[in-house]
Amino acid sequence: MAKYNLKINGKTQQVDVDPSTPMLWVLRDHLNMVGTKFGCGMAQCGACTVHLDGNAVRSCSLPVSVVGKGAITTIEGLSADATHPIQKAWLEHDVAQCGYCQSGQIMSATALLKNNPKPTDADIDAAMSGNICRCGTYLRIKEAIKSVASPLTPNGGKK
Amino acid sequence: MKNQDKKNGIKAPIGGLGAGGNGAVSRRSFLQSSALAGGGMLLSFGWFTSANAAEKMGVLNLPEQQWSELAAYIKITPDNVVKILCPNPEFGQNVMTSLPMMVAEELDCDWKDVVVEMSTHDNVKYGSQFTGGSNSVRMYWKPLRNAGAAARQMLIEAAAQTWGVSASEITTKAGILSHSSGKSAKYGEMASKAATLAVPKEVKLKAPKDFSIVSHSKKNTEGVKVVTGKPLFGMDYKVDGMLIAMIQHPPAFGMKLKSFDATAAKKMPGIKDIFSFKLYDDGFVQGGFDTSTFNEMIAIVGKTTWEVMNARKKLNAQWEAAGDVKVTMNGRGGKQEVTVPGRLETTANQMEMMAEYAQKPAQQLRKDGDPETAFKNAAQIIERTYNAPFLAHNTMEPMNFFAHVQEDKALVAGPLQAPGWMEPTLVKILNLPADKIEIQMTRMGGGFGRRAYGSYVYEAARISQKMKAPIKLIYTREDDMTYGIYRPMYTATYRAALDANKNLIGFHVKGGGIPENPVHANRFPAGAVDNYLAEGWEIPSNVTIGAFRAPRSNFNAAAEQSFLDEVAEAMGKDPIAFRLDLLKRAKENPVGKNNDYDASRYIGVLELLKEKSGWGKPENAGKKRGVAAYFCHASYAGHVVDMVMRDGQPYVEQVTSAVDCGVVVNPDAARNMVQGAVVDGIGQSFYGALTHKEGVPEQSNFHNYRMIRMNEAPKKIDVHFVQNEIDPTGLGEPPFPPVFGAVANALFQTTGKRYYNQPFKVEIEKIKS
Ligand code: FES
Ligand code: FES
Repeated sequence: MAKYNLKINGKTQQVDVDPSTPMLWVLRDHLNMVGTKFGCGMAQCGACTVHLDGNAVRSCSLPVSVVGKGAITTIEGLSADATHPIQKAWLEHDVAQCGYCQSGQIMSATALLKNNPKPTDADIDAAMSGNICRCGTYLRIKEAIKSVASPLTPNGGKK
Repeated sequence: MKNQDKKNGIKAPIGGLGAGGNGAVSRRSFLQSSALAGGGMLLSFGWFTSANAAEKMGVLNLPEQQWSELAAYIKITPDNVVKILCPNPEFGQNVMTSLPMMVAEELDCDWKDVVVEMSTHDNVKYGSQFTGGSNSVRMYWKPLRNAGAAARQMLIEAAAQTWGVSASEITTKAGILSHSSGKSAKYGEMASKAATLAVPKEVKLKAPKDFSIVSHSKKNTEGVKVVTGKPLFGMDYKVDGMLIAMIQHPPAFGMKLKSFDATAAKKMPGIKDIFSFKLYDDGFVQGGFDTSTFNEMIAIVGKTTWEVMNARKKLNAQWEAAGDVKVTMNGRGGKQEVTVPGRLETTANQMEMMAEYAQKPAQQLRKDGDPETAFKNAAQIIERTYNAPFLAHNTMEPMNFFAHVQEDKALVAGPLQAPGWMEPTLVKILNLPADKIEIQMTRMGGGFGRRAYGSYVYEAARISQKMKAPIKLIYTREDDMTYGIYRPMYTATYRAALDANKNLIGFHVKGGGIPENPVHANRFPAGAVDNYLAEGWEIPSNVTIGAFRAPRSNFNAAAEQSFLDEVAEAMGKDPIAFRLDLLKRAKENPVGKNNDYDASRYIGVLELLKEKSGWGKPENAGKKRGVAAYFCHASYAGHVVDMVMRDGQPYVEQVTSAVDCGVVVNPDAARNMVQGAVVDGIGQSFYGALTHKEGVPEQSNFHNYRMIRMNEAPKKIDVHFVQNEIDPTGLGEPPFPPVFGAVANALFQTTGKRYYNQPFKVEIEKIKS
């Protein structure tokens, strides 16, 4: 066991866990933050996606020991009341079916838009192909991403 | 068009079994009103009072007292909150939105005031609470609207008495009662008084043209919780002092536990106990949904998930061949002793076995006319064989369940589709009375049929009982995939007899599978061909199988719809025109009696599909497209799939879908569901397969079980619904099966080759090399 001071959603939280423990289980079992989901445990499905210093990472395959001073953002850190633009877009497009994959999808999408505010279809495919949606909501996910990414026209409206 | 409302609304006897006014009054009291503590009204009502539901419950052999009394409720509080209880678990099919919409419509309240709550399980109050069979909306269409209408009528009556006016002069809109004198009140203001009034014996339901909530898209009532990561799913369930449990199951179908040594594993940090347990006691009679793969397993219990995962790796277990196992089943065919064969199956042998069985005499399922003679006299016979593998459900949320079993009571909670069927088994294995077992249903991260089978619930209960502690059982993805209840492996040989003028004079389907026969003998094209024969056979196996989104149909639609495409080609006919000709025959002069489908609705879907896809239009001449349509459960669906080659690979670019599911309750969510079914169908047909080597599943996680991903999904899926006023007939499953056929037919147009074996991706690679 070892103590870690983790920066999660802007707050420092201390946990005492085995160094090999993946961030996914630190969040879910030790910090009671269950928005981040377990889907495969081997970086294949994206359900566990969080941000480490703004980049999308699979928390199931990220041992707590390598996080260090890195800033973790989880779905709970976007907003608790669904006011983040991506969350709003997700609601606007009524994306979810079962909803289980969606926090991972949202975290991948947020990281994409942060690093690439105007992604092309191919950019979106590339960034989102690590996230499986068993219910098949891919079209809506893409539409939701595009609605946030739409460049503003000079008069301020969406294109 | 039976069972539907007339244009101007209907008078529905409350609790009447008749939909659409054939008003036999129920034996059961249907609605009951009471005052809420603190003011307001509570209207409780039974869910299972529509004719459909009653029939269904009869089929499921549930005793009548379990059909329900006083089940769900509508609560209207003085501050105008309308709380609607949803009895059925949500797994992405939108019931927590669409069912309350039906109540709110007839109640005439403001949708903004509606709060939806999930009920707990209660066999007595709510019936089976089964989610599956595309049944939820269909089953509740009448009872929920009746309840909403009754509450509205009581609120009107309360206002009439308060204001001293006639009830007939009061109108309602968006939760406001108004009188021509200018008086008005919110529902909440009248709710306490309404609670004291008699429940009306008869209510008037709205005509579909007057709907303002139903058929008008509403957002998912749990959408905000989903996008903010609130605890919703079984995986998220937690209580103080809860331990985490995992199971080590035999590595192969046909194996069992021999012995194990947990000394090293038990020393691992956080581990509380490791023990083997039996799921069912000797002599246990398994119900139809008690399917379990292995009866003896090892449980690893510890403080946290990661600790349990790590300890599990240190477990030293020996396994041995189980041999043939005798099981007593009480399923659809009544109580019977079955022998589960012990052989360790390998996919190549499974294929050989199926080919061998396909040659043997089979059980005749339906025969019309004289098919033997038709085939003897045929100028041309087309014969094709189609194969499909086992499929794993792969719900995004792996199986899991919480259990806290104590001396005198038990609480179990988690994701499951059929709580009503698990309760009797829990009663037996825990030796507790039903009223001491509480079952809570969480939102499910997918179901697709998998969560209708309760073995993981019982496993959790067993482990908690042994530990005398609250535990949550978690399957890893590997457990979930290799220890599943799969879509069976299927094959079918289709034959068509054409005369010298290329008329279809005979049709023959002979299908089988491991361990289940897929044939739906009374479905199209039965009824459309004079000489028809359907046969089926089965090979027993130790690979456990169960319902998978549109059971059997998901194979039949692939095989039959590809075959019809090929027959149309041989006849020189357009594939849609060919189907329409057959359906016209089935409509005007059907062959045989028990045809399951309504040819008119089938025709309607094909015609809508033709129109919306621009089928045969010059502007689409260059497109590589495949079409298929299918009827299953009680709805009709068809797709036109447009395919392209990119980097030497076929991709579905665009899909046009047409569906007749009667009245569409929540159109945007319904479109989402159809789009999802299309993506799912493309994914399963291209990539889905669970194969075996010596009984060991060869796929174990998403690195070797390929799932469709965003870049492989179509760019566009246009969904169109047949506009009619038929009572809803279900949507979760029907759009799924025809995707397979449409994909196969588009593949032919794109590559010039017919594909007979799923997954198509493997077949494509084989043909290339
Ligand atoms: S759970 Fe981490 S990628 Fe699947
Ligand atoms: S919404 Fe169910 S897995 Fe994506």
